[in-house]
Amino acid sequence: MLLIRCPYCEEERPELEFRNAGEAHIARSPNIAGETDDDFEKFFFIRSNPKGIIYERWRHMHGCARFFNAVRDTVSDRFLMTYKAGEPKPAKLPGAAK
Amino acid sequence: MSVTFRIAGAGRLKQAKMAGFSFDGRPYTGIEGDTLASALLANGVHLVGRSFKYHRPRGFLSAGAEEPNALVEIKRDSARKTPNVRATVQELYDGLTAQSQNRWPSLAFDIGAVSNIASPMLSAGFYYKTFMWPKAAWKNLYEPKIRAAAGLGVAPDQPDPDHYSARFAHCDVLVLGGGAAGIAAALAAAETGARVILADEQAEFGGSLRFESGARIDGQDGFAWAQSAVAKLKAMDNVRVLPRATAFGYYAQNFVGLVERVSDHLQNPGRDLPRERLWQVRARRVVLATGAIERHMVFADNDRPGIMLASAARAYLNHYGVAVGRNVGVYTANDSAYAAAIDLKKAGLNVAAIVDLRDNPTGPVIDEARALGIEINFGRAVIRAGGKLRVSSMTVQPKNGGGERTIPVDAILMSAGWTPSVHLFSQSRGKVAFNDETKRFVPGTYAQDCISVGACNGTDGLSATIDEAYAAGAKAAKDAGSKPAKSTKPKVDAGESWSRGMLGAAPGAGADTTVKAFVDFQNDVTAKDIRQAVHEGMRSIEHVKRFTTNGMATDQGKTSNMHGLAIAADTLGKPIPQVGLTTFRAPYTPVTFGSIVGHARGPLFDPTRKTAIHPWAERQGAVFEDVGQWKRAWYFPKAGEDIHAAVDRECVTVRKTAGLFDASTLGKIEVVGPDAAKFMELLYTNPWEKLEPGRCRYGIMLREDGFIYDDGVVGRLAPDRFHVTTTTGGAPRVMNHMEDYLQTEFPHLNVWLTSITEQWAVIAVQGPSARKIIEPLVEGIDMSDEALPHMSVREGKICGVPTRLFRMSFSGERGFEVNVPVDYGEAVWEALWVEGQKHGACAYGTESMHVLRAEKGYIIVGQDTDGTVTPNDAGLDWAVGKKKTDFVGIRGMARPDLVAKGRKQLVGLKTRDPKVVLEEGAQIVDDPKQAIPMKMVGHVTSSYWSENCGRSIALALVAGGRDRMGETLYVPMPNGVVEVEVTGMVFFDEKGERLNG
Repeated sequence: MLLIRCPYCEEERPELEFRNAGEAHIARSPNIAGETDDDFEKFFFIRSNPKGIIYERWRHMHGCARFFNAVRDTVSDRFLMTYKAGEPKPAKLPGAAK
Repeated sequence: MSVTFRIAGAGRLKQAKMAGFSFDGRPYTGIEGDTLASALLANGVHLVGRSFKYHRPRGFLSAGAEEPNALVEIKRDSARKTPNVRATVQELYDGLTAQSQNRWPSLAFDIGAVSNIASPMLSAGFYYKTFMWPKAAWKNLYEPKIRAAAGLGVAPDQPDPDHYSARFAHCDVLVLGGGAAGIAAALAAAETGARVILADEQAEFGGSLRFESGARIDGQDGFAWAQSAVAKLKAMDNVRVLPRATAFGYYAQNFVGLVERVSDHLQNPGRDLPRERLWQVRARRVVLATGAIERHMVFADNDRPGIMLASAARAYLNHYGVAVGRNVGVYTANDSAYAAAIDLKKAGLNVAAIVDLRDNPTGPVIDEARALGIEINFGRAVIRAGGKLRVSSMTVQPKNGGGERTIPVDAILMSAGWTPSVHLFSQSRGKVAFNDETKRFVPGTYAQDCISVGACNGTDGLSATIDEAYAAGAKAAKDAGSKPAKSTKPKVDAGESWSRGMLGAAPGAGADTTVKAFVDFQNDVTAKDIRQAVHEGMRSIEHVKRFTTNGMATDQGKTSNMHGLAIAADTLGKPIPQVGLTTFRAPYTPVTFGSIVGHARGPLFDPTRKTAIHPWAERQGAVFEDVGQWKRAWYFPKAGEDIHAAVDRECVTVRKTAGLFDASTLGKIEVVGPDAAKFMELLYTNPWEKLEPGRCRYGIMLREDGFIYDDGVVGRLAPDRFHVTTTTGGAPRVMNHMEDYLQTEFPHLNVWLTSITEQWAVIAVQGPSARKIIEPLVEGIDMSDEALPHMSVREGKICGVPTRLFRMSFSGERGFEVNVPVDYGEAVWEALWVEGQKHGACAYGTESMHVLRAEKGYIIVGQDTDGTVTPNDAGLDWAVGKKKTDFVGIRGMARPDLVAKGRKQLVGLKTRDPKVVLEEGAQIVDDPKQAIPMKMVGHVTSSYWSENCGRSIALALVAGGRDRMGETLYVPMPNGVVEVEVTGMVFFDEKGERLNG
């Protein structure tokens, strides 16, 4: 069971309290009705599924109930960092050099 | 029994406490502190089981958790039968009842042993090759027969009456393994004040100190030191000591699962003790002190009862005071078996000969053995063991060939060397490295915050082990944040050291023979099988493993993996590291389902949700159905009524007078805030800004892909307050969906969402007399049609308690939904029931609710829709705000495929024969005479007998359905084709006049 740091509660809590909510940093267009089919396909259907670093959303379901973002290595299952929803993609990752 | 193999003066058990037990119906006596294995051996019993495939007689190989042979069934009572218990681990208690497995009619005479004679046919891959044809025979003949003949033990056939508990724990340093290394590490860590957990799979701590007679620490015998050290640890507040606790799985971020066997060793456990306890431990640092497992020698008939690991014979003698034979032979490729020979010789037993594969080894143990007058043969191999139910001789030959000599023995002690137990390290995703010099896989690259110490790390010798473990324990505590403390390292006065050994088949079991030299005892895999697998094209060790089943039984190859790997590598002509090791997976030893499930079974498996009105419904004799976690009243049968009669009566009564229905399970969410209407505009297809406070609207929620996600009636209580209802099953995910958008896409909106499902009880009163039933109880609400028209909501009081009174209908009749705080739910229902009785109203359940809504063509999301249905498909275009520029699903709904012609649309179906009720889920075709597979054009989503219509009714999704009104379609069923006509979805009161009737 993973330990996940909730950036709102500011502490590590067991995975049981959280739900994964898919890839992060995929913004819904304010003019979604006017999007082309291709753009909508990219927005709604296409996900990166990388081997390595993934930016994803989690929800502290059985805690503060907030959605937040996390950076996880899909190979080691290690969380590199978590940050609040709406904050930009981090430019530097802690321990990424390893 | 008069014959006893208990040696006076040997071992640590106190003779005072005797324990009677039985094995295969025969009574025996042991001593408290014995394992079942040591107690049987004390009585001279070696034959304890039959092997899996060849049904060969088997005895004890080991004295620990790695045991592949001695699996027995322990029976406490008819429901408590545990198969595959390792007799070497099971502690003896007075009254223990054990039975051998996998034999018929008896252990000594087993019919199944014919497969040993037929064994040339039963080689590796036999099942894959032989039972291929005919295909159908696999399912009906081969598989059932093979399953009956094979298998280890018999699964219990009654529910498990025991209970199992679970604990979560956190610590700074978790030490796994309670031998010399683990104890030393725990002492060092504990002295710093760090929170320490020390766990060991055995009842007593000490590990190999149990048999190492040469170990002395701090002036004491090694095992005695272990006991006093553990007593010291137990007395410390910051230490938890867990005996009988097996760490079976090492998961991410130092999360370790352990099973503690709490009461399997007790004669009368009592109901207050769990059988086992699951520990889920999160540790800042883990110290792995899991030791090493001795390997057997691979030679012909090395599975005869009486042939065992040298260390096991030492444990039985030095700890339990039991001689495994009176005239033993020793077969070895390293030093450690000499210590066994010396111990047995000193205990007064005859050691017939030591056979050592090595040419001219030297060392103190060899000198000591020689000094004791034991015959030693270097450069020789045991090429064969005699005897059947018990070994009777060993045949020795120079390893490069030559004259044979047969030596009578009643036991053979063997040692091919020691395999570090890297199971947990490997599970932690650490990478093992092969040490070519010592021919061992040892921990290489670490993936987690753990450290291996002692034998599992390839560290030889007690002194070096204690040094390494003590330093590692102190460092682990420091790394976990503890301050270093002044401490005293245990002083090793004398210790033993294990040297190398050999891997693979010994001479005499080589490539040119077909003898049965077992590599994996539990799965009956021989050296020949592994070579054959390679010859038949298996190149990867993972393939060899699966083809031969080497290492795949309940012991997971603890003794066999390295031998198997070495034989495969030798046959392939490749170095061992290139062939690689198979993956170590959890669990380390078998784990009961009970310990994983814990308390989460029966009523505690899943929460049961009951409404406030549930007790009333129970008293009325309602039949309930499960809807998600909810118990819902399904129908209310009167005396003599079946479900059909009850539902017919309920449906007719609702339309004639009125009915009361418990709608409390409906999901309810309050959407509040200055931007509440804006938020509703974005989450639902409908327009909300202009909905006046006090009015309601039927809302549809889509996913971003344009498909219907949920629906429900929404009341606007105030400009900034909406009372949203959802489907019963959809409530949690709708709440999540709303929160997701509010928090991440529309965070600028000032809105609060609150789940109020559990706060409001909901009583639906539907039917022509509904108003008359409610009105006398209501204060402060004008209930006239003018003041409270259909689809409106008012706040006021009913029976003196607050209510949100909705005028709405899911039956097509004049209808109300009375929301009251849940604590008043049952009382208000009772009051309404009294009023209802005056008008001849009934209580109705979910089945009638379904029929009534289907008569009106009202859909149920999740039944009439399946996640691929758009509002247009469902005929709900009217509920989509045409002028809206944004809502969730607006773009998805416009995708080419979703606006294409020919999509499946929701329509009504009437069977030609009105008495025939279609089956929900049945497929619909245009032409029933076409060849199979037919082209399916749709399926039935809802179907009922409607007493009010006097016929059956159905809803269906049919391709292009709305353009096919009046057409005839067909529903092929096993007992004939049903002819149906496509109709509109409303079967009753098409004009909707009864809403105000």
